[in-house]
Amino acid sequence: MTASVTARPTAWRSYSNWANRHRKWLFAAPAMIFTGLLIAVPLVWTMYLSLTDAEGSVRAESDFVGFSNYLEVFSDFNRFWPAVGRTFIFTGGALAAELVLGMGIALLLWRPFRGERWVRVAILLPLVATPVAVGMMWRLIFDPNIGFANQLLGWFGIPNQPWLSGTDTALPTLMFVDVWQWTPMVVLILLAGLTSLSDEPDEAARIDGANSWQRFWYVTLPLLRSTVVVAIVLRGIDALKTFDILYATKGKGGGSFHEVETLNVYAYGLSFDYNDYGIASTVLIIFFLLIIVLMWAVTYRRKANR
Amino acid sequence: MTAIVTNPPLSERKGLPPKRRRRRGFYPVFRVVALILIVLLFILPLVWMVIASLKNNVDIYDASKTIIFTPTFENYANVLSRNNYFVFIFNSFWVAFASTILSLILGVPAAYAMSRFTMHKSALVVLLARIIPGVSLLVPWYFIFANLRLVGGFGVLILSHMFVGLPLIVYIMISFFDSLPLELEEQAQVDGLTPIGAFLRITLPLSVPGIATASILAFIFSWNNFMFALVLSGAHTKTLPVAIFNFVSYASIDWGSLMAASVVVTVPIMVIALFTQKYIVSGLTAGATKG
Repeated sequence: MTASVTARPTAWRSYSNWANRHRKWLFAAPAMIFTGLLIAVPLVWTMYLSLTDAEGSVRAESDFVGFSNYLEVFSDFNRFWPAVGRTFIFTGGALAAELVLGMGIALLLWRPFRGERWVRVAILLPLVATPVAVGMMWRLIFDPNIGFANQLLGWFGIPNQPWLSGTDTALPTLMFVDVWQWTPMVVLILLAGLTSLSDEPDEAARIDGANSWQRFWYVTLPLLRSTVVVAIVLRGIDALKTFDILYATKGKGGGSFHEVETLNVYAYGLSFDYNDYGIASTVLIIFFLLIIVLMWAVTYRRKANR
Repeated sequence: MTAIVTNPPLSERKGLPPKRRRRRGFYPVFRVVALILIVLLFILPLVWMVIASLKNNVDIYDASKTIIFTPTFENYANVLSRNNYFVFIFNSFWVAFASTILSLILGVPAAYAMSRFTMHKSALVVLLARIIPGVSLLVPWYFIFANLRLVGGFGVLILSHMFVGLPLIVYIMISFFDSLPLELEEQAQVDGLTPIGAFLRITLPLSVPGIATASILAFIFSWNNFMFALVLSGAHTKTLPVAIFNFVSYASIDWGSLMAASVVVTVPIMVIALFTQKYIVSGLTAGATKG
């Protein structure tokens, strides 16, 4: 009895000493192991699957086929390359529009004004809205027969547009939805950057007689460069991976003519609608490498520019 | 260098000297008009969703009743009672709540160590979860968890949503801890606390604003998540976004009920956003001004 009473504090102290000495890894390791396991195991498995002809079920017999899946994917001009193209058009177009609009709105909000709080709430609402619900909402607004969009055009005498149901208009319409939902994110990031700038360079340029456009282009924008890069990286990653609004509005395969089928939608369809795991894994590995390369390119330029 | 940057509203900036310049002419008018247009553009679609959810299915198809119609709560009654939406609301809430709490337990100490010991490479491991496309993990997850007979239960869903919340929490908390001065912790250690004691009793209480920010965002992102739940949830664990998606897989769309369901999923989040606006903005812009 007595032994345990005296032993416990000593043991506790030695645990405590050990914990304190190793707190760096004691704190960091659980989160790293959690994510590491959830990423590493699946990623290795996906790489392996991309080298096999697995189909139907992952546990079904499958043969090792080397790089033939990659050859098949790279020579697929029906589904794969158009999907790559759509991913780039969607991401590039939406991102560019979000940056330009976001910068404009951030500049409008920059200097204080009355009612600022309400404007800020208004731009926050699209940002937190559930993407699937947002998709459904725009699906009703853009409905060719009963939607408000065509009603609005009608007031100005413009003929009805097919919007989401047209083969050429579906992707731009969804880019618009993405811009509607995520421009506020870019606004908030750029506004945080603008707020952290000091007034002096702008003042100096004003005294030197620069007009507002010159002050923005030659003073504010260069100072804001790193914030703009953060906005591009954060938004770019999410835009490349956009899935919710595409799948919620057009369903499997990005519509009957695959008109909004980006790489992510294509890979999801191959995996869970057609169970063609070999090809799906190949597409996913290529997609993942693509994201890494793009992010590396953006952040590498950022370092080079410093 | 401060991580949490918000633009304080006009009333809090009274300390500034009166504006150096008085802009006259075109710009102030342009600014007001532009701001009104922007607010309308962001708000009107949401208003439209609410209006449509209050119309019966005859009025939705009637162009003459665009704005003037007799509101009805029929759609909400339909969604909430006949389609069991209370169950989906509970599922969404429980998954978001549990995954946020568990992510905090893992993420806050990790972010602390990563900030204090500048473990950039280790932080990258966790942040990789934000970069990697979710689909590339879903196939293996599905089969691993199916083998363990876990698919369709809450456990897998919570685990997969932690994968969304954890990188977010780590990212936000690293920039929060970066901005927190070291002196207080050091003083506490001089006064006899162990390093872990100083973290628990000094740093953690000071981090409440950062933790609030991180948890609100993790909750929102989990609530809004669609893809993981689409694959991993079962009939009893379906979350709201999946339930809404399933609404349209039938032949004809019941627009009124679909909009009511969309309102049910978005309104709780928007109410949270209204009250925690400051935190959400600081979380979304964390690390944006690090230069």
